[in-house]
Amino acid sequence: MASLSIRNIRKSFGSTEVLKGISIDVEPGEFLVLVGPSGCGKSTLLNLIAGLEKITSGEIYIGNQLVNQVSPKDRDIAMVFQSYALYPNMKVRKNISFGLETRKLPKPEIEKTVQKVANMLQIEDLLDRKPSQLSGGQRQRVAMGRALARSPSVFLFDEPLSNLDAKLRVEMRTEIKLLHQRIATTIVYVTHDQIEAMTLADRIAIMKDGIVQQLDTPRNVYENPVNLFVAGFIGSHSMNVVHCPVVKSGRDVCLLMKTGEKTFTIPAGKNGSLLNDWIGREVILGFRPEQISDGFPNQERNDQIHTMESKVDVIEPTGPDTLVFIKINGRKVTCRAHPNAAKRPGETMKLMLDMSSAIFFDPNTEVQIS
Amino acid sequence: MNDPLVYRAPKTTGVIAGRIFIYALLILMVFYFLLPFIVMVLTSLKTMEDIRTGNLISWPREFTLDAWKTAWGSACIAVECNGIKVYFWNSVKIVVPAVAISTLIGAANGYVFSKWKFWGSEVLFSFLLLGCFIPFQAILLPMAQTLGKLGLSQSLAGLILVHIIYGLAFTTLFFRNYYVTIPDELVKAARIDGAGFFRIFWKILLPISAPIFVVSIIWQTTQIWNDFLFGVVFSAGGNQPITVALNNLVNTSTGIKEYNVDMAAAIIAAIPTLLVYIIAGKYFMRGLTAGSVKG
Repeated sequence: MASLSIRNIRKSFGSTEVLKGISIDVEPGEFLVLVGPSGCGKSTLLNLIAGLEKITSGEIYIGNQLVNQVSPKDRDIAMVFQSYALYPNMKVRKNISFGLETRKLPKPEIEKTVQKVANMLQIEDLLDRKPSQLSGGQRQRVAMGRALARSPSVFLFDEPLSNLDAKLRVEMRTEIKLLHQRIATTIVYVTHDQIEAMTLADRIAIMKDGIVQQLDTPRNVYENPVNLFVAGFIGSHSMNVVHCPVVKSGRDVCLLMKTGEKTFTIPAGKNGSLLNDWIGREVILGFRPEQISDGFPNQERNDQIHTMESKVDVIEPTGPDTLVFIKINGRKVTCRAHPNAAKRPGETMKLMLDMSSAIFFDPNTEVQIS
Repeated sequence: MNDPLVYRAPKTTGVIAGRIFIYALLILMVFYFLLPFIVMVLTSLKTMEDIRTGNLISWPREFTLDAWKTAWGSACIAVECNGIKVYFWNSVKIVVPAVAISTLIGAANGYVFSKWKFWGSEVLFSFLLLGCFIPFQAILLPMAQTLGKLGLSQSLAGLILVHIIYGLAFTTLFFRNYYVTIPDELVKAARIDGAGFFRIFWKILLPISAPIFVVSIIWQTTQIWNDFLFGVVFSAGGNQPITVALNNLVNTSTGIKEYNVDMAAAIIAAIPTLLVYIIAGKYFMRGLTAGSVKG
């Protein structure tokens, strides 16, 4: 295992700049996930770390070694690809041993490594098959086996689960996490799926337009997104964002809200002092669907929880919860309610809004006000 | 789709009549296209007496292989009376190295143009493709000069070189288009596994190139074996390929015209390309359409 240090990396293809100065430090043994919409440059960054493409400017260190001029094979990395990229003419055994043979390791040692890896991934039965005789999940295992065999200091995963069906994807996700816990090697993992990012990562780097928007733990990017893009990207249901005028009511800084015909003010809560400069103007209030519900435990004793009423537009039962869609200030808001408490579309429902972890964004810059 | 229980049409008179019509038409077409070949085979098996007295499509009164023996071993071409066997082997000596070398270089070119693109490689590839559209006649004079300077005029080696160069545009195109359909990730994986330029080519790409090899080999074999113009211009005397020898045999202006010998010689000249098509034709179609549908 080794650390990985990316320092002010830029990459241009012709006149298009794909990466605009990326700096990330990855601790030894850390699981870093690069996530973002397609075209954000995450795969390009991975290719640069692997040495498959040339850096326009900046530096990459693996361990303490500057690897800008080091070829992929000498960087002590292994990579798992979206299409698996298994060598179609070789049996599974040969696919795993190819990299070891290229490095001229002694035969018995190669044999031992192949067995060990096959055992770890439970693919012993497949060793004498060709890749074309394997299912998607099996191919994925073999691809990971090929990467594992070399016991590199950094693993690179390029959307490894995107070609699998939904159920298998969840299974393999858990396996990758188990694998990481067992071998504790540094991993850089690229995905466009925020659930994969949240479940796997020690830290997530959310990228957009060639810039890292936020680099933090899954919990922090979820609870404390730095801007509207991150707020909308992370979470299976995006953060609710509502434009609210800021008003002063007594000593409290309050937000003016309107649901249907009713207009009311809600105290901005413990972060309300941040909005002192915004009185008379509009801010964007952000809160997660689970922060607006039919009720919370101990809600009587929590003065950050406020009651409101709204007409229900649509409901979506998910099983454990029912998602209730309402409108606040003309914006669609998702509420996570108990299935028994959810009202039917058209009816009026009483809802509790927990402002304790609400956050605010500047409507012009879309950056969090802090 | 092909379940006969579900899709068999009811056997009404109309359906049966339609079937008969279709098959009759097909058989007629087959016969029409085969007729010239049938005439050639029949004529080659007749005696000269038979040919003079019978008509073109009459059945031979007696079958004889004399004409084939003469064509192969003792027919007179120019002043030599050793048949076309020397020229047949000349053609083999030209085709084998020319096909092998042009296909291998084409494979290497295709590999570079698809997997190791460099600055200007697309432009270079476009220029190379122009080679597919240059008529044979256009390069005769410059090629003759070049061969002269290389000291290869009128030699088998010279003719082989011409065929290799002329074939490269096609073989490169074949292999490049085939390799483009192979995911780049395969090459990336091999690079990370420590394989270099040549190792990736030999160990990863060549072993999965069989379909396109078949296409390239059939195409090049047919082109080079059937070539007449380069053969007649760039070779002389005992170094000529079979197409030129056949022409000299048939167009001779001395003595009587031995149609049976001419026909036998023509069939001998056509056998190798026929064989290549019959043996490898199945793979030819498969290779040409490879990559058009993702597996």
